[in-house]
Amino acid sequence: MEIINVIKAKNLTKKFGDFTAVDAITFEVKKGEIFGFLGANGAGKTTAMKMLIGISIPTSGEASVAGFDVYKNPDDIKKNIGYMSQKFALYDDLTVKENITFYGGIYGLSRERIKEKRCQLVEELGLQNVVNELVSSLPLGWKQKLAFSVALLHEPKIIFLDEPTGGVDPITRRQFWEMIYKAANGGTTVFVTTHYMDEAEYCDRVSIMVDGKIEALDTPKNLKEQFKAETMNDVFLILARG
Amino acid sequence: MKRFIGFIKKEFYHIFRDRRTLFILFGMPIVQIMLFGFAITNEINNVDIAILDKSKDVTTQEIINKISSSKYFSIKQIIENETEIEAVFKKGKVKAVLVFEKAFSKKLIKENNATVQIITDATDPNTANNITNFVSSILLKYQQEINKDLKIPYQIVPETRMVYNQELKSVFMFVPGVMTIILMLVSAMMTSISITKEKELGTMEILLVSPLKPFQVIIGKVVPYIFLSIINAVVIILLSIFIFKMPVQGSLFLLGAESVLFIINALSLGILISTVSETQQTAMMISLMGLLLPVILLSGFIFPISSMPNILQVISNVIPATWYIIILKGIMLKGVGLTFLWKETLILLGMTVLFIALSIKKYKIRLE
Repeated sequence: MEIINVIKAKNLTKKFGDFTAVDAITFEVKKGEIFGFLGANGAGKTTAMKMLIGISIPTSGEASVAGFDVYKNPDDIKKNIGYMSQKFALYDDLTVKENITFYGGIYGLSRERIKEKRCQLVEELGLQNVVNELVSSLPLGWKQKLAFSVALLHEPKIIFLDEPTGGVDPITRRQFWEMIYKAANGGTTVFVTTHYMDEAEYCDRVSIMVDGKIEALDTPKNLKEQFKAETMNDVFLILARG
Repeated sequence: MKRFIGFIKKEFYHIFRDRRTLFILFGMPIVQIMLFGFAITNEINNVDIAILDKSKDVTTQEIINKISSSKYFSIKQIIENETEIEAVFKKGKVKAVLVFEKAFSKKLIKENNATVQIITDATDPNTANNITNFVSSILLKYQQEINKDLKIPYQIVPETRMVYNQELKSVFMFVPGVMTIILMLVSAMMTSISITKEKELGTMEILLVSPLKPFQVIIGKVVPYIFLSIINAVVIILLSIFIFKMPVQGSLFLLGAESVLFIINALSLGILISTVSETQQTAMMISLMGLLLPVILLSGFIFPISSMPNILQVISNVIPATWYIIILKGIMLKGVGLTFLWKETLILLGMTVLFIALSIKKYKIRLE
């Protein structure tokens, strides 16, 4: 049976002592969707995402990712998701090729499969000339694209992107979103956090988090209508000011 | 397993591509052992002294000959009057001045006693003490020689023998210490730095999201350092055997096994440090202040534990290095086996288990 809602969260809550970082959020993400997870810094986006990717245990509530329960089967979740953080975590002192081999290896890809994927990836990104160069010598935009492709190497069902466009220029951001679309067209579900409101317009649906709660969740178009706003930025400002 | 090998390969790339790491790993042990072996020594050897001989007779000449022919002293200067004493000390030319009183021979024969004054530069109290002892023993020997025919009615003859290090070579004391420091440094500091580096770069997060289990990540980071530490231990032991002629009286196998135990102990400390520090700098500071300093000062490496105040003695007991140094000295110098070292080994083992348990607990808390 095909799972339609690949991410399900019901009253998902995370408390650190007295502080409630994520307050009973409920939402669903459909297969193949680009789901924007918006909010100001400190709104609880990253904490919520960490619970979904299995590196933080929820205080209460339910959630499943790719059909697996976050409490019972975090290991199965990990096999089915990809993750890219805002730090584009590649190893600077390893070459492009070594980085790809390493990440392919920890996801248990066979040597032939890694080689095949590597050639494909290098060609798509146009990295032929730098494949044996250290990652530290690459420009930031290339690192970002490489990090994204590496996160997709094991063909995960869902990819989680934590502020993936931080610190790169608008043109590179644009190109990066083209890569996201391509992945989504290929059937990968994309869960992306961002605080760039213009990027929210690119998403199929967005949720906006304020102080640990989801205050709005719909398509960008519907949200703009609902709040009688011109842009997503205005929607966000209305919500954030309360 | 295949994932694991890939991980370790990556770790070796990190190590071999970073010159600073490489130097700490392989340059440091050699530099340290050479420094401690050759340069830093508290042995008395060719100490420069000056002589003020007011009597200049047969006896004083004989004593002076004895002193100058010993390998411990070389006579740098003969001075003529007392006012010069202060000057030679101030210039720092000599460490000691021997003053023979006037009419030394005559007094010795007629009054049965004559005095030699030993004035030492006590800015370095240890050396001053040693010089006094060495000169006294030369004088004593001479006295016995000239009294050969006389029978003293009652005599207690102390017969001393220094066992396990007859020649009192200080390198014998330093090698176990240096070995301990280096294994501590490589194992604890380097691992804690390399783990926190992944935290800083954000790659640790990626690894934790991957199907690799947290303990696999940690073991993958630690295994290369176990190898390198073992290589270091072997290099140090070879250097001390072949260059400093240090004996290994006991079993080499036991020496190796105990060293591996200590390495694992230090690594678990390194892991523990990395669970409490977020940046490489913090990890380094904690390792230096919290591990290296106690190892140098309190482990009995340089300063004897028995002469420390009680509170420091207690602290020195909880330092793993203290026990490892006892084990090393036991095996290398005394040639004893596990029958005599089981207590120390057990303590080291207990500490290792404790550190591993603590780091697992800390690690879990972090994940929640």
